Amino acid sequence: MHDVRRFAFIGGIYSNYWALRAALADVARRGVDGVWFLGDLGAFGPHPDRVPDLLIECGISGIQGNYEESLSSGADDCHCGYTDPRDNHYAQISYDYTFANTSSAFKKWMGTLPREIRFEAGGRRFLLVHGSPRKINEFLWRSTSPVPFLERLCREADADVIVCTHTGLQWHRPLPGGGHLVNAGVIGRPANDGRTEVWYTLVEVRGGALSVEFVPLAYDHHRLASEMRAERLPEEFVETILTGWWTTCLEVLPPKERAAGKY
Amino acid sequence: MTESPHVPLLALDTLWFQVAGTICNIECTHCFISCSPKNHSHEMMTLTEVERRLAEADRLGVREYYFTGGEPFMNRELLPILKATLQQGPATVLTNGMLLRPEVCRLLKELFDESDFSLDIRVSLDGFDRQSHDAIRGRGVWDRVMTGIHNLLETGLNPVITVTTAAEGVETAAGRTRFLEVMRGLGMARPRLKVLPLFRIGAEERRTRAYADWERISGEMLEAGDASALQCSAGRMVTSKGVYVCPILIEEPAARMGETIGETLRPFPLRYGACHTCWVEGVTCTT
Repeated sequence: MHDVRRFAFIGGIYSNYWALRAALADVARRGVDGVWFLGDLGAFGPHPDRVPDLLIECGISGIQGNYEESLSSGADDCHCGYTDPRDNHYAQISYDYTFANTSSAFKKWMGTLPREIRFEAGGRRFLLVHGSPRKINEFLWRSTSPVPFLERLCREADADVIVCTHTGLQWHRPLPGGGHLVNAGVIGRPANDGRTEVWYTLVEVRGGALSVEFVPLAYDHHRLASEMRAERLPEEFVETILTGWWTTCLEVLPPKERAAGKY
Repeated sequence: MTESPHVPLLALDTLWFQVAGTICNIECTHCFISCSPKNHSHEMMTLTEVERRLAEADRLGVREYYFTGGEPFMNRELLPILKATLQQGPATVLTNGMLLRPEVCRLLKELFDESDFSLDIRVSLDGFDRQSHDAIRGRGVWDRVMTGIHNLLETGLNPVITVTTAAEGVETAAGRTRFLEVMRGLGMARPRLKVLPLFRIGAEERRTRAYADWERISGEMLEAGDASALQCSAGRMVTSKGVYVCPILIEEPAARMGETIGETLRPFPLRYGACHTCWVEGVTCTT
């Protein structure tokens, strides 16, 4: 009889507290041995204080994303790592709104979050980071992250399983040496696939085997959309929530991921 | 003269291939390595040669591959080279767009669809219109490039357009907006644009001027900034003659760092004018 352990990972939340509620309820129903958030609690959505409020109330631990690093240090922008001016334009609207509507107590709390979390399960060393082990805002996309590169990241970070987010798209690549790269996706906005569900990730360790399940999450996205409109957030952000297609912050996508979307 | 500061190789993420050497079907007046039909300073690379480099790159954990020249599509083995590359990682090709015949584009789309990894095509345009473009790239080039871009779009590939600051004002927000409008007018519904500065070496040195003595990176500058922003901290360039520090300095004998990639994993002295451009402009040749 093998020891079985299950963990839930919640990627970028982007102020989508309706999705966070749905995720925490789903996780509770399934029963897990641990649940963590991976940073970027704020961004496109409304009322940014409601996410930290809920996380603290439910006793969920996690790490800083570039948003928490920026908000807690009073930075002028989100340091998302975009290079295209259009991406940066919308990122700035999103950040300015989030900065103005996050209480100073929560900003301070964000500054106390760790940059990474490590633990061991099933003989494997887990490492939770926001972007990559070497950079908080590095994008690890499926189509630009080959196996030897990921093995190098694991080796340099002394980890077997790296769990990250930041790109907004969930994927998993097992590595020949027994390691894994798991990008947990995000619950803040849909995965640019024309579906309105968002995704969180379950990892199960059973003896020597590790399996990854991406969980689609339906939530009251109409309610989120109406609140975003009431807060006068850009209609482009609302469209993404209602259609499942990214409209902004997508110039950074590699060609393979870009071709899968509508815009 | 004080000693040049050294930049360490922090991570070998990007490997470049001078896959067409310095051989090109046109002679741009701003080319930093003076490529032309007759410039054999660096020769074409063969599939066998590239495969050997790919094997070493795989062992070193390289993340992504870039192919340039010269004009890469003049290399008759380019498509098999891309196929081999895409089996192990993402690939980007930098082209002048003149040889993108419908059949070539169809094969590129096949490679794009087959691979788990991204294949990106980057086409160079200079100037906002035919006249200014052809003044740099040669008469009749604009029309051929337009055909090539159209062929790519027809197959469903959406290229990045690279434009240098030889297109006056393109580096400003207004210039960029104007260029994106030009691209939409040319049928690019989702225009992707990358702006690059000019390097005052090669043909460009003759078109404008050479670097002045003060255009060098000092140790103080490097200490005050972020060395990881320099592409020589994260990549190397393979040509038919060996492994160089970066895609820009392949005509500098001292920039050849070794025969194998493994021999080049050491710091490099930033002693060139081009290094100053990279530093000041925040250049990366990657997309």
